[in-house]
Amino acid sequence: MATPVSTPEKPKTAPAPVQPEAGGKPVAPEEGPAFDVRDFSLWYGARKALDGVSIRIPARRVTAIIGPSGCGKSTFLRALNRMHELTPGTRIEGSLHLFGEDLYAPSVDPVVVRRRVGMVFQKSNPFPTMSIEENVLVGLRLNGVKDRAFLQHRLEQSLRMSALWDEVKDHLKRPGISLSGGQQQRLCIARALAVEPEVLLMDEPCSALDPLATAKIEELIQQLRLRFTVVIVTHNMQQAARCSDRTAFFYLGKLVEFGETRGMFTNPSNPQTEAYVSGRFG
Amino acid sequence: MRTVTTPDSPAPVKPTSVSRWPDRSFHWLALLAALTLVGLIVLVGWELYRGSRLSIHQFGPRFLVSSQWDPVSDVYGALPFIFGTLVSSLIALVIAVPLGVATALFLTEMAPVRLRQPIITVIELLAAVPSVIFGLWGIFVLVPWLRDHFFRWLKDSLGFLPLFTGPIYGPSMLAGGIIVAIMILPIVTSVSREILRSVPNLQREAAYALGATHWEVIRIAVISYARRGIFGAAVLGLGRALGETMAVTMVIGNRPEISASLFAPGYTLASVVANEFTEATSDLYLNALFELGLVLLAITILVNAVAQLMLRSLAGGAGAKAH
Amino acid sequence: MTGLMGLSSLLVIAPLFLVLYFLIREGASSLDWNFFTQLPKPAGEQGGGMANAIVGTVALLGMAAAIGVPIGVMGGVYLAEYGSARSNYWLRFAADVLNGVPSIVWGMVVYAMLVVPFKTFSAYAGGVALGLMMIPLVMRTTEEVLVLVPQSYREAGLALGIARWKIITVIVIKTALKGIVTGVLIALARVAGETAPLLFTALGNNFWNHSLAEPIAALPLQIFSYAISPYDDWHRQAWAGALVLMMLILSCNVVVRFVSRDRR
Repeated sequence: MATPVSTPEKPKTAPAPVQPEAGGKPVAPEEGPAFDVRDFSLWYGARKALDGVSIRIPARRVTAIIGPSGCGKSTFLRALNRMHELTPGTRIEGSLHLFGEDLYAPSVDPVVVRRRVGMVFQKSNPFPTMSIEENVLVGLRLNGVKDRAFLQHRLEQSLRMSALWDEVKDHLKRPGISLSGGQQQRLCIARALAVEPEVLLMDEPCSALDPLATAKIEELIQQLRLRFTVVIVTHNMQQAARCSDRTAFFYLGKLVEFGETRGMFTNPSNPQTEAYVSGRFG
Repeated sequence: MRTVTTPDSPAPVKPTSVSRWPDRSFHWLALLAALTLVGLIVLVGWELYRGSRLSIHQFGPRFLVSSQWDPVSDVYGALPFIFGTLVSSLIALVIAVPLGVATALFLTEMAPVRLRQPIITVIELLAAVPSVIFGLWGIFVLVPWLRDHFFRWLKDSLGFLPLFTGPIYGPSMLAGGIIVAIMILPIVTSVSREILRSVPNLQREAAYALGATHWEVIRIAVISYARRGIFGAAVLGLGRALGETMAVTMVIGNRPEISASLFAPGYTLASVVANEFTEATSDLYLNALFELGLVLLAITILVNAVAQLMLRSLAGGAGAKAH
Repeated sequence: MTGLMGLSSLLVIAPLFLVLYFLIREGASSLDWNFFTQLPKPAGEQGGGMANAIVGTVALLGMAAAIGVPIGVMGGVYLAEYGSARSNYWLRFAADVLNGVPSIVWGMVVYAMLVVPFKTFSAYAGGVALGLMMIPLVMRTTEEVLVLVPQSYREAGLALGIARWKIITVIVIKTALKGIVTGVLIALARVAGETAPLLFTALGNNFWNHSLAEPIAALPLQIFSYAISPYDDWHRQAWAGALVLMMLILSCNVVVRFVSRDRR
């Protein structure tokens, strides 16, 4: 499915030995970085939104990105699967590798990048004309998968992974938008998982949800890290503290601090981080 | 370090794998379809010009000011038709603009809310009635009534004006103007309504706060604010009126003469083309008719462009038009 | 003052009721089985119908839709999905200018384009004339409904690694389908009543049309030629034809209203 485009160029540092799994899909070993970002800057027209960000985001971990609004955290997330290119007039500098492969190499198709790096949005957005089943399978179907047994298998698998299967298994033909808000968001997660991305980006996935639905999604994120690399943007620091392994703090387009979540919240090394996590600004 | 720049549109970025070509061809197909608009404008202009070359060579600019239209001796001039088109359209505007604006005011400022939607629906349906049906109704209902009652009354009460003298036939410039007025009322009304709706409530409240009455508020705050937009609506109505063909052809009398009286028959650019096109016996005759079409096109495009630019320059005004 | 404005409104809406009243009064009595099944009779003979004109109008609309819908919808897609603000400004301007081109002019253009070179009036020419008129109408309404589709659906599709053209066709257009159909129906209703563009393209025909390369009858043409004829019989037929045409157009409008209400 997710056919990585081969680039001859190998990064000199950050060797991420790629091991073939059963499906022949490259998977990084536990501790290797998923994303290796170096000196990455991004402009919207003349405005610099990201300034020299360097970060190594670990594979099969949950990395939270926090920071006050306008700090560039959503921009950074979107740069990870080149979604920012939907905005006309953007420009980047620096390098961004996923499992050793340059995502911005001229030969790389952004569509292929997005197959490898899935995304869940702030507001749940199931396609309104499609049933629950169609929503989950749309990514596979539109990419040419026709094998019905495989689709059926993937449907159940994705819905189970997003902890929605038991709630919807008896009415898969109902419209996706007939679900509750929290269920819709989990449906969107199932939809993103169905194409088997290597990374799942989440852009404030709970900000429109009530606490109960939020708890379910957070629990789900804990499950997902067993198989996927998860990067989550949140403005809720408790959420970052609860469900992430690493936390990155962005401020004014710069990466201020990045480290183990526990350490960041108990003993931040940077005064700005401390001010933010203790709620003194932002 | 490398610099990667995304283009100024959210279009596909770089050609890479085979999967790019469906996307690119879809993009090009869409662009091609959109460019059809430009192609059509060029096509319309070019075909009309090509069709009228003989006449343009033969008569030059004289064509526009000559009132001779004589297929027998193959001499043609457009003046009576330009005159008829302008006069019938002006009559239509004189009737339709006050009525349309008053209706729009009624709908936005005064009418009980319950009444608004039904009236709007009826006006929309009026816009859907085909020209030929108005013409049929004009021939057999409107014109006889005008002849026997309204025109007679006009002549009796305003007969001292040159406009309302001479014999009453029925089919006439005035009848043509009235039928066109009915046909442009929907567009004048709906565009005026959009304009009036775009008047900020702040304007109204400010006037009320000064102790103005309801009518004064409308006059001071609403109309003065919306004046330019309403003018745009009128110009748009004019654009429609100039090109009306069938209904006018059926009630205007179709005689190429320039008369001061509105009771006299007239002829418009569109109706002479409609009537004589298939009967044109000589090449020059057909070319002259094409040139009439060219003149009509030039006038309507000019008027429409002015109307669109006026309506567009109103920020947020004219809803659907300025989008 | 309010009274005066109310009176204006009454004057504005009165013509619709007057026209409908006379259409029914003058036309209903001539509507019978023959009207829908028979060809027109020569002047002086009783009876006859407009079967060929009804079929002709349907055929012309079919051809018009075949030209106007694909080009109009794709153009609308360009405006809503690809075009920059600047190019869209001019394209919309062009569409509005084209909407203002008098319908008789379309007839002349297609005459020069298709009738002169092929040396015959034809159903094709009529269909092309109506189809060209539909393009800007369909384009604008398509654009208007496509931009109403929330951006988040496009983003969701892109994040799944779906190609852009598939997102547009399968997700965006499908979401806006009702609005697009509405726009197409309005455009069809509008050109269904057009007479002027057909006068020197489709021309009209008193018999059944055997090939689309021949002249073809159409309701509006038949109404026109009967209305200006000197025969009472034909006048009655003209009223009946007008009633049928009006019903066709009104039902289109009613369907549109029904569909778009359902949408909200």
